[in-house]
Amino acid sequence: MLMALLKRDLLLAFRARGDLLNPLMFFMIVTSLFPLAVSPDPKLLGVIAAGVIWVGALLATLLSLDLMFKNDYEDGSLEQMLLMPQPVMLMVLVKVLVHWLVAGLPLALIAPLLGLMLGLPNGGFQPLVISLLLATPILSLLGSIGAGLTVGLRKGGMLMPLLILPLYIPVLIFASSSVLAGVQGSSYTGHLAFLGAYLALTLVIAPVATAGALRISLAR
Amino acid sequence: MWTRLKRLYHKMGSPKWFYEITSQWSPWILLVGSALMLTGIVWGLAFAPADYLQGNSFRIIYIHVPASLLSQSAYLFMAVAGLVGLVWKMKMSFVVAKVIAPIGASLAIMSLLTGAIWGKPTWGTWWVWDARLTSMLILLFLYFGVIAIYNAIENDEMANKAAAILSIVGSINIPVIKYSVEWWNTLHQPATITLTKKPTMAPEMFIPLILTILAFYCWFAVWVFARTRNEILFKERKTNWVKKLLNNDKGAQL
Repeated sequence: MLMALLKRDLLLAFRARGDLLNPLMFFMIVTSLFPLAVSPDPKLLGVIAAGVIWVGALLATLLSLDLMFKNDYEDGSLEQMLLMPQPVMLMVLVKVLVHWLVAGLPLALIAPLLGLMLGLPNGGFQPLVISLLLATPILSLLGSIGAGLTVGLRKGGMLMPLLILPLYIPVLIFASSSVLAGVQGSSYTGHLAFLGAYLALTLVIAPVATAGALRISLAR
Repeated sequence: MWTRLKRLYHKMGSPKWFYEITSQWSPWILLVGSALMLTGIVWGLAFAPADYLQGNSFRIIYIHVPASLLSQSAYLFMAVAGLVGLVWKMKMSFVVAKVIAPIGASLAIMSLLTGAIWGKPTWGTWWVWDARLTSMLILLFLYFGVIAIYNAIENDEMANKAAAILSIVGSINIPVIKYSVEWWNTLHQPATITLTKKPTMAPEMFIPLILTILAFYCWFAVWVFARTRNEILFKERKTNWVKKLLNNDKGAQL
C-alpha cells in the first residue's frame, strides 16, 4: 500500500515537470542575485558563498513545501489516505520521502555548480554536498508540519515561512558552518554529526506532529 | 491531596468556575505582586550599590532579566497548556494557551528593547549577534508564528489545536536552537565583548532581582487570568450566567 503510494506520488511528480523544476530555478536565480547585490569580487563571494547557497536552499524548499499535500487535498485523495489502515505517520513519511527526492536531492546535486559560480574555495565542496544531503531531509520533515497545518488555508503560502523558518535555524547554522570549516581546512565532522542527530530527532517527531496537523486540518 | 488536585483540574475545565475563582484570586495575586515589585524596584534602584564596572546602568537588570526569564517560561506554559488541551480535550486550557501567546511575545519584545538600552552604554552598541540576544530574537519569531496561526485560521477549535501542535514542536526545538546558537556564537564571536559573562552578583543586588522576578510572575498570572476571563465572556456571551453577570455588572472589575 505504501509502496503504491510512493510510486503514485513519484509518477505524479514527474508528470508535472514544471512544479519539479520551479524550486530549482528559483534556487539558481536567488543565489545569482547575491553577486549582483553584494559585489562580484571573488574573494568576498568565496566567503559568503556557503551562507548564500544555504539560504537559497532553505527558501527553495519552502516554496516547494506547498505542493506536499496541496494537490491531494484539493482532489480529496488526502482524506482517503487518512482513512487507510496504515498509520498516518507512515503515509506522512512517504510524502516526505517523495518531497525530498523531488525537491531536496536536486538541490544537493546542483549546489556544487552554484558553489563554482560563487567562487567557493575548494575545501568547501565536499561539506557543502554532504551537508545538503544530510540536512535537506530535515527541511522536508520539519516543513511537512507546516504544510500539514496550512493545507486547508487559502493564505497558507505566506504563513508557512513564519511557522517553519525559526525551526530551520539550527540546520542553517550547522550546515553553513560545516562548509566554512571545510573552507578553512579544519574538520567538519562535528557539524555533520549534529546535523545527523537533528535528522534523527526530526525523523521521530515530525511525522507524529504532521499526522496530528493533517487530522486537524481535515476535521472541518 | 491527589483527589483534591484532580477535582480542581476538573473544575478548571468549567469556564464559569474558572471565571469566578480567578476573579477571587486575582486581587490577592496582584497585591502580592505589586508589593514584591515595589520593594524590589525601590531596593534595586535606590539602595543597591552601583556596579563597579557598569555604574548605574546595570539597574535595568531589574526589568530586563525578569522579562527575559518570563518570556521563555511563558512559551513553555503555552506549550503545556496546548498539550493538556490536545490530550485531555480541555477547552479552558486552549483558551489559556491562546491568551499567553501575545503576552509572551510582548515580554520578548520588552526583553529585547531593555537589552538594547542596556547594551548601548555597556557594549557601545544597540545590538550584537550574541548567542543570548539571538536566541531571544528567535523566541520572538516562534511567538510570531503561533500568533500568525491564530490569525490565519478562522475556525476557533482548529486554530487552537494547530497552534498547540506548533507550540509543542517549537518547545521541543527551543533547546536545540538555543544550543546551536550558542555553539555558533562561540565559533564566530569576535573577542570584542567580554561582558557577556554574568558577573557573580552581590546579595544586595541579587535579592531585589529575585523579588522583581517573582513580581513579574505574579503580574503575569493576573494578566493571563484577566485576558482569559475576557475570552470566556466573549465565548460564553450567549449563556445565562454571563448575561446575568453583565446585567448585574458585578465582579467585572479587574
